[in-house]
Amino acid sequence: MFVRSPHAHARIRKVDLAKAAKAPGVLAVYTGEDIAKAGINGLPCGWLITDVNGQPMKEPPYPVLAQGKARYVGDRVAVVIAETYNQAKDAAERVEVDYEVLPAVVDAAAARKQGAPAIHDIAPDNTCYVWALGDKAKVDDAFKAAAHVTKLEFVNNRLIPNAIEPRSAIGAYSRADDNYTLYVTSQNPHVERLLMTAFVLGLPEHKVRVVAPDVGGGFGSKIYLYGEDVVVTWASRQVNRPIKWTAERVESFMSDAHGRDHVTTAELALDKDGKFLAMRVHTAANLGAYLSTFASCIPTILYATLLAGQYTTPQIYCEVTAVFTNTAPVDAYRGAGRPEATYVVERLVETAAREMKIDPAEIRRRNFIKSFPYQTPVALMYDTGDYQATLDAALKLGDVAGFAKRKEEAAKRGRLRGLGYSCYIEACGIAPSNVAGALGARAGLFEAGEVRVHPTGKVTVFTGSHSHGQGHETTFAQVVASRLGIPVEDVDIVHGDTSKILFGMGTYGSRSLAVGGTAIVKAVDKVIAKGRKIAAHLMEAAEADVEFAEGVFKVSGTDKQVPFAQVALTAYVPHNYPLDKLEPGLNENAFYDPTNFTFPAGSYVCEVEVDPETGRTTIESFVAVDDFGKVINPMIVAGQVHGGLTQGIGQALLEGCRYDPETGQLVTGTMSDYCLPRAGDVPSFRLDTRETPCTHNPLGVKGCGEAGAIGAPAALINAITDAIGVREVPMPATAETVWRALASQKAA
Amino acid sequence: MYAFDYQKAKSVADAAAALAKNPDAKALAGGQSLIAAMKLRLAAPQALVDLGSIAELRGIKADGKHLVIGAMTRHSEVVFSGDVKKAIPALAHLAGEIGDRMVRNMGTLGGSIAHNDPAADYPAAVLGLGATVETNKRKVAADDFFKGIYETALEPGELVTSVSFPIPKRAGYVKFKQPASRFALVGVFVAETGSGVRVAVTGASPCVFRVPEMEKALASKFAPESVANIKLPAKGLNSDIHASPEYRAHLVTVMAKRAVQAALG
Repeated sequence: MFVRSPHAHARIRKVDLAKAAKAPGVLAVYTGEDIAKAGINGLPCGWLITDVNGQPMKEPPYPVLAQGKARYVGDRVAVVIAETYNQAKDAAERVEVDYEVLPAVVDAAAARKQGAPAIHDIAPDNTCYVWALGDKAKVDDAFKAAAHVTKLEFVNNRLIPNAIEPRSAIGAYSRADDNYTLYVTSQNPHVERLLMTAFVLGLPEHKVRVVAPDVGGGFGSKIYLYGEDVVVTWASRQVNRPIKWTAERVESFMSDAHGRDHVTTAELALDKDGKFLAMRVHTAANLGAYLSTFASCIPTILYATLLAGQYTTPQIYCEVTAVFTNTAPVDAYRGAGRPEATYVVERLVETAAREMKIDPAEIRRRNFIKSFPYQTPVALMYDTGDYQATLDAALKLGDVAGFAKRKEEAAKRGRLRGLGYSCYIEACGIAPSNVAGALGARAGLFEAGEVRVHPTGKVTVFTGSHSHGQGHETTFAQVVASRLGIPVEDVDIVHGDTSKILFGMGTYGSRSLAVGGTAIVKAVDKVIAKGRKIAAHLMEAAEADVEFAEGVFKVSGTDKQVPFAQVALTAYVPHNYPLDKLEPGLNENAFYDPTNFTFPAGSYVCEVEVDPETGRTTIESFVAVDDFGKVINPMIVAGQVHGGLTQGIGQALLEGCRYDPETGQLVTGTMSDYCLPRAGDVPSFRLDTRETPCTHNPLGVKGCGEAGAIGAPAALINAITDAIGVREVPMPATAETVWRALASQKAA
Repeated sequence: MYAFDYQKAKSVADAAAALAKNPDAKALAGGQSLIAAMKLRLAAPQALVDLGSIAELRGIKADGKHLVIGAMTRHSEVVFSGDVKKAIPALAHLAGEIGDRMVRNMGTLGGSIAHNDPAADYPAAVLGLGATVETNKRKVAADDFFKGIYETALEPGELVTSVSFPIPKRAGYVKFKQPASRFALVGVFVAETGSGVRVAVTGASPCVFRVPEMEKALASKFAPESVANIKLPAKGLNSDIHASPEYRAHLVTVMAKRAVQAALG
């Protein structure tokens, strides 16, 4: 049980453990001081951002238990380990912490003001970095020459991830072999192990096994190394017992890494025909109290690089100021930077179209990128796509032609009907390691796979991708079964255990199939290549004459053939086998480092109705036409789109993390106040796909896990603003928010 | 949750005696508020006296003039009761709007009104219909029962045994839900009864209340437009992250209008 700070910002004068230590069942109590004495380092940040002046970002210490100061409500101050959870909880109430409460600051703008309380000594102005991308002078010139400029200011609201399974960790130390095992709800067990052993605990990596079995959802929040995981691992040796911790839901709300939280000013310059000339974006990103594992790259590398969207905007400049506040750390959450970028681009485009009286679909058409590969002004090279095709399909599926009639019919019922588009793009399959490294990544971004063929021809596949609800066990098995020509039941997928899997970078950024799947395909191809040699020997043929199809090795132009299973058996019972040239066994590894990002893209069309008396919005229709490249399992893809759209709708309509601006208390700390979308809040989605296969991986796949969350918010807000005839409605567009927007519009 | 003693009461008298004996004991009805508060360690009763198996507290009776519902009758029983649907369909509708299915299968009428959450639904019906709350000691008119935030006329050890609802000519309940909790951001119960029109509002202020101005207007003409221009002052209404007092005041008018419409069918 962790003792957490009830204050957003407080100096810890003294922690008195005497009463807690004597409480029934207590085995040990530790504070930040004990952690420091044990030589345990703070949690590392995996991405170095270099600021506009060439200086490295400010990296304040992120201790696993607070040292000297608590910096947000929920910051870990002490840990109580007892025989039972309730005993630990009772004892935790007896830990006496003498806090000197300090002024707190929770939003990025306030944190940058002169006189704002400094959260970390090394960043007296609470600024982690000011970073920029693009040619500012050229952008400024383009704006001067523009026929029309559209400017919007908005907040991309902070979200709390809320996976169904709360974070949980069991640390177990074995004295017999001096090994540690950590069972943990992680999306990337190898990364967790590497960070924890090499950077925090200083343990030999091979002495720590990290097991992350089926995990109940993550949405990004379980990518990171958390202090709780470190503490249970370390303390399991101190008390010589396995230690289990599971977050209560209130702990999840206050201590899981949050997402988004941008304040942005965005401008789009257009010529008289609605051609985009330039875009200028200033964003203040709230990073929370500490730098979480990948916090620094989300509002920069994964955000500004996507501001070209699907368009040929020739000049783009984006400046990001990243700020520390007395709030929970912010990191990647489904979409991670890309929803924020899409919101900027698609709100600007739609608003510009309305201001210039150009049909919003038409303005998009005029600006779509049409030839590939395409180099954007913000560092990315799109390999392929057909944006016109997805938009046309969405217009048709959404019966946009019939909208005017539906609007008229709604008006008769006293409802305001609106239509909004969102044409998103994302960069997935992150990423070529050398490119990421040049941009500041402190880790590689490849993936590893192993294909172990058993003597009977059945196959076990070990993948470094992690499945926490994505259905890799099905999709990956399909890929392997179809490539080997064997029944899908003959393939098992194993993931989430550092003792079984050779290595892995884990699951995030919609990368599993594009990167992890490709590693598996490469290993399968090695299996087939070796199998061909064995088959050639068995059939007394030249290797070059042996072909493999449908699970059978054949000698071209003859009826000679051996099935895959026989080749597998021969590899393990090598009686008739070229032992002088070939090792026995049939087991291959592969590592795959992508040569480029993948670029899923799509067009969403949303129709809403607003009740003008209450301001309540209902979604009448939501159409999503996505291009994920090749689709392996359409049902799983549809499920991912449904989930993503629902979370995107949650952001736009319902969800919003709120801290009290004075006290820094988390106001939305339970399900009664933080509104997650429920089945009744979303319509029956209408989905379709278009395929432009990815050009640089053998499966032609792009990734589908985040698209819905990336594209949906802009579509919804565009629809609401269309319905009520205002320029801007903040997210979440609650009934009162919309009612107020309507009232101010009437007043104007 | 802290440890507590548990006792299953066999009768109302048994429960009352147990509660009288231990001032730190609490009566447990459906537990939909109390257990949640205990899990968060916000409530820590030393003992719980469970009313769940007292048969006399459960059931629905209609006699043509009144509908009498036992305190331990679950919301879902009210939702599906033929007697309720026939006598006061608005009451069955209201019960169906409470929480979710699991809450309705556990939560009780007596528990709801004894707890008197400012955003609960049942207080609006009890006050809006001018019902009589029967306890193990006395009968209390709805107008005298709800006293303030989480506060009622119940004395220590006093238990709600049933509520007697006069059957109205017509009634309607419309609620604007707080989207996360599904409690009433504002809920308005309107009833045309033998003794006049009553309008009761829940969710808007610390305690359920009547709106005499609307009642008067509806008494002269029972139609939505009668209340459409009656605005409540925002001052004194609830303010939280889900709605400002101004918005709640506005919703009272809108929900009242719609409740009248619902009553008219």
